[in-house]
Amino acid sequence: MGQNRPLSPHLSIWKWRVNMAASIFHRVSGHALAFAGVLMLCWWLAAAATSPEAYETFLGFANSWLGLVMLIGLTWSLFQHLCSGIRHLVMDTGRGYSLSVLKMSATWVFAVAALLTILVWAYILLGRGA
Amino acid sequence: MASRFTSGTGLKKVRGLGSAKSGVHHWWLQRVTAVGNFVLALWFLVSLLLLPALDYATVISWIAQPLVAVPLALLVISVFWHFRLGVQVMIEDYVHDGGLRTLSLIALTFYTVLTAATALFAIVKIALGA
Repeated sequence: MGQNRPLSPHLSIWKWRVNMAASIFHRVSGHALAFAGVLMLCWWLAAAATSPEAYETFLGFANSWLGLVMLIGLTWSLFQHLCSGIRHLVMDTGRGYSLSVLKMSATWVFAVAALLTILVWAYILLGRGA
Repeated sequence: MASRFTSGTGLKKVRGLGSAKSGVHHWWLQRVTAVGNFVLALWFLVSLLLLPALDYATVISWIAQPLVAVPLALLVISVFWHFRLGVQVMIEDYVHDGGLRTLSLIALTFYTVLTAATALFAIVKIALGA
């Protein structure tokens, strides 16, 4: 039998589509939250449980440029994963599988996640002061 | 209501386990924790945004309240359980070498238990200590 026969001959031929991008970014945002998000949450809680000085060290990082970029990225990851997750829960019921609905719902996920991220950070940076 | 999905083979139905040998247990827990995460993460984010400041004294007195410490601990359990399941699927999808896959899954379990214990201990210490 042909051992070198490709099993999935068209696997390397693909284009970006909004519905496949939603699937990839569901995984990417989930892993950003699982590692960067979880470690920041643990640092925040452990610092608060340790001492005011340890908490100041955490705040120093959170207010640095790197910290702010991470927090904004994690906010987007949270909203992207949350909106995409709701889409997946609806699809788990067997609904929304026609190509037109798949594309529309994926587009909404990206739009709503971006909008919520902008709203939250506009509130933090403009409304309350950093 | 009958499922919109038809089952592939009768044998799968009889055995009820599928290729992962554990049936839909993993899949179902991922959905249950997803719903928990939805409620708890939104509560957490909105609560943080509504706090007057995020300095040490404000955060400590906020977490010390029973109606904050308990949902915060539940958030850690639900979110960390959810990411443990999600990262496991990523490892099973992309790490093909048997030994490396087993090591990765063990490392993931250690990472989950270590971070969960840190976060939960911090919450309990703040809630009981003050």
